[in-house]
Amino acid sequence: MPERIIVPFGPQHPVLPEPIHVDLVLEDEKVVEAIPSIGYIHRGLEQLVQKREYTEYVYVAERICGICSFIHALCYSQGVEHIMGIEVPDRARYLRTIWSECSRLHSHLLWLGLFADSMGFENLFMRSWQLRESVLDVLEDTTGGRVIQGTCKVGGVRRDIGQEKLDEMHRELDPFEQKCRDLGDVFLNDETVKYRLQGLGVITKDEAYALGATGPTARGSGVAMDHRETGYAAYGDLGFKPVVETAGDCYARCAVRVKEVYASIDIIRRAIEEMPEGPIDVKVKGTPDGEYFSRAEQPRGEVVHYLRGDGSKHLARARIRTPTLANIPPLVKMLPGAQLADVPVVVLSIDPCISCTER
Amino acid sequence: MAFLKRSPWILHYDASSCNGCDIEVLACLTPLYDVERFGIINTGNPKHADILLITGGINAQNREVVENIYEQIPEPKVVIAVGACAATGGVFRECYNIVGGIDKVIPVDVYVPGCAARPEQIIDGVVTALSILDEKRGKMTGAARTKEEARHAEQAGEST
Repeated sequence: MPERIIVPFGPQHPVLPEPIHVDLVLEDEKVVEAIPSIGYIHRGLEQLVQKREYTEYVYVAERICGICSFIHALCYSQGVEHIMGIEVPDRARYLRTIWSECSRLHSHLLWLGLFADSMGFENLFMRSWQLRESVLDVLEDTTGGRVIQGTCKVGGVRRDIGQEKLDEMHRELDPFEQKCRDLGDVFLNDETVKYRLQGLGVITKDEAYALGATGPTARGSGVAMDHRETGYAAYGDLGFKPVVETAGDCYARCAVRVKEVYASIDIIRRAIEEMPEGPIDVKVKGTPDGEYFSRAEQPRGEVVHYLRGDGSKHLARARIRTPTLANIPPLVKMLPGAQLADVPVVVLSIDPCISCTER
Repeated sequence: MAFLKRSPWILHYDASSCNGCDIEVLACLTPLYDVERFGIINTGNPKHADILLITGGINAQNREVVENIYEQIPEPKVVIAVGACAATGGVFRECYNIVGGIDKVIPVDVYVPGCAARPEQIIDGVVTALSILDEKRGKMTGAARTKEEARHAEQAGEST
């Protein structure tokens, strides 16, 4: 039996922009066990609800993670609105959907770039990020912020998108989709990419379900679970079908995200076409009293905000379960059997977002 | 090392930030901003770095890592604190385990404002850091020269 050695991976590692530490137990070049340790980004945001008013906490919720920022704010706002019985105007629901999908687009393009970087495909990394900038331009134009938008609030949204801008966005969607399809074609059909990804980090449907995988990690293994199906915001009106792959390897997870990019473009297109007229927010009066589990689908999977108010202007408790935390047990299952050189690829295939994970 | 004057290598570390500034740091390296055309390269190795770009408000567990990375970067080095959290703790300043500001742990030379800091601001911070790096290098070589001269003078004194 070959000698076992332990290689530390992280917290400061070239392939990860964020700190996570994994101890890899190796036999020669092969990983036999992976022991993760987290906590480098833990800030204690849940306790902050007791120090900020419930309307102000939206800003903090948005900064749980800079990539899924809008959807965190949306999930929190929906929770508070449900507790207080606030009905959000239709136009606000559609605007929220558009911004959510823009966030998903920029997150997936960001991930595709980082993923290409992890397998050493620098050119593809640069091209993905180039494409991502056009999404950020739209976000900046419509909200004022590139990564932190600050437009979602309890009771609606803070800004409207004018008809002129909506028309312009609609016109630009077709050329943008073509560029995304050209990029996706490389991820899906390139021989070197396939050679690197197929059969790597496999997790079966049953294992993914039992370990509580969520988002593209679960859908890559054939678990057809997407929280957008429940129809929060405007997803109920627009109709939605989750993207599912069955192989359960890194290639399948990559394919899910590539196809979700196309799906997001489609949702934005229909949301612009069906955009209702009307106000974008309602006045919020009173304080939240009660509790609610608010759920939303992030680029990485399902996020849960548990909120409890006791009638004061500060919430009594918030508990946030984020998708990456749920995807760490599947990751620990995927790593054994991989070569040391493939570890960055497998780690990135769950789209780790450590800021979310540790809050 | 004068030929390195305009080509600093950067080490980026996320010390408990929300990720917003970090993806903007990465955006600086990609086609729209592309700082690599100026010879600014993002390295993963502290021993190769001239500039430490650091984001976030540093929590208890990260403190040691930050100190460790700072120690490993060879002199002269410049530290850039990117974003509101890196300057003061920002929106997280009241959290129970946030130290609050990079300068509570290691000395900071340049502060880049913003939440999240924009790529243009980050690039501006790096350009500001270049002159500070130059100044520090000048002091170091100056100090080395004085030392060298003193040694020469001592030798000259011994021989006579």
